[in-house]
Amino acid sequence: MRYVDEFRQPELISRAADEIRRLAGGRHYRMMEVCGGHTHAIYRFGLKDILPENIELIHGPGCPVCVLPMGRIDDGLSIAQYPNVIFAAFGDMMRVPGTQGSPLEHKARGMDVRIVYSPSDALKLARTNPDKHVMFFAIGFETTAPSTALVLMRAKAEGIRNFSVFCNHVTIIPAIRAILDSPDMRLDAFIGPGHVSTVIGCRPYEWIAHNERKPIVVSGFEPLDMLQSIIMLLHQLKAGESKVENQYKRVVPWEGNRAALKAMAEVFELRPYFEWRGLGFISQSALRLNERYAQWDAERQFEIPGIRVTDPKAAQCGEVLKGVLKPHQCKLFGRECTPEHPIGALMVSSEGSCAAYHNYEHRKAAMVSLSSIA
Amino acid sequence: MCLAIPGKIVEVSSTDNQDFALVDVVGVRRKIDLGLIRDDNPVPGDWVLIHVGFAMSKISEADANDQINTLRMLGEIDGAMQEVRGYGLEDIN
Repeated sequence: MRYVDEFRQPELISRAADEIRRLAGGRHYRMMEVCGGHTHAIYRFGLKDILPENIELIHGPGCPVCVLPMGRIDDGLSIAQYPNVIFAAFGDMMRVPGTQGSPLEHKARGMDVRIVYSPSDALKLARTNPDKHVMFFAIGFETTAPSTALVLMRAKAEGIRNFSVFCNHVTIIPAIRAILDSPDMRLDAFIGPGHVSTVIGCRPYEWIAHNERKPIVVSGFEPLDMLQSIIMLLHQLKAGESKVENQYKRVVPWEGNRAALKAMAEVFELRPYFEWRGLGFISQSALRLNERYAQWDAERQFEIPGIRVTDPKAAQCGEVLKGVLKPHQCKLFGRECTPEHPIGALMVSSEGSCAAYHNYEHRKAAMVSLSSIA
Repeated sequence: MCLAIPGKIVEVSSTDNQDFALVDVVGVRRKIDLGLIRDDNPVPGDWVLIHVGFAMSKISEADANDQINTLRMLGEIDGAMQEVRGYGLEDIN
């Protein structure tokens, strides 16, 4: 229990862990935490050491950087090869490898690549650089998509024409559906994403409970939040129920954020299909700019190669993303592929399960073996 | 990217039918966008969760402190503060 002493309520944590042990009994339960923020928290807090072995947590697809196929990074970078184009993206994107290197490596070779912390700042770059074209490489689930939408509405209202969005926004529900449809995936329950749900609310998860008969609890990010969510899931499983419950009520309204949903509906439409790294093509799982915003759609304004790039053969990102393999079971893990030299995107973002595993579990194991030598 | 940053609204302003707020995040003050929580009528003194420069929802002060604590425990507080300092392109040459 490595981090327990850092917790604010250690007694409550121990009590929650005891309750989980009691409720789980001898049965093995497989629960997927959908959100990459939860994956990070699970490793950082050492929750695996607190939970009994028969509660298995499977890491889900909720890390936007990790599920983006390499071909999309190449496409985005190809736009930045046009003269006078500024490539603007969040810091998370900068080290994600494309076939010819990451955005950061392209910057070192002379490409105009800028880190922005908000889509508003990409628009601000366009205002302050009227002789350039600013292409914002948009990524993220429903937490981020409304901000991109609002910025596009402003670009339109102000008539800013030297700005476009290369849209890679994805939606969480179809990815969950694809995982449930996957034949090699057997899950008992879901820990639902926290901050995505502040936007979409809890209603979109109801089909998981009603049609798929799987319990889902929308959860906060503190250790006690996640343990409490697992207790709520176990209560449902023991009672043979499947409901949507909201453990994160203090932040997540059941109906979501209507203004954010309205902004998304104004600007975006669903793509017929979109490729997810590791999960393949999933229908209606991503957003693109609708006809009204065609002038700000980088995919319509620029010609892009649109070539599908397969991941390096030895890398098993797909299996890890689907939870079929644990990160350390990939052939490249910790050898060719490390957070310092990532081959797959799961190793780039701190919310990727490989980076999270490497940063905490792998180092912990190394410490243990070192101390046994000493 | 999943983790939102809590901040306290210091001042609310409106330009061209757009609402902004000056927020205080652990002592750092930056301008953020209130466009996504307009219906909640945010006022100075309110606490909000911030994601990529936009307020996502109003929260209580206790929950804001919890969230700061979570970011600290996750080792993400430096990254979060870097993000907040970066709003408005302050860090970009």
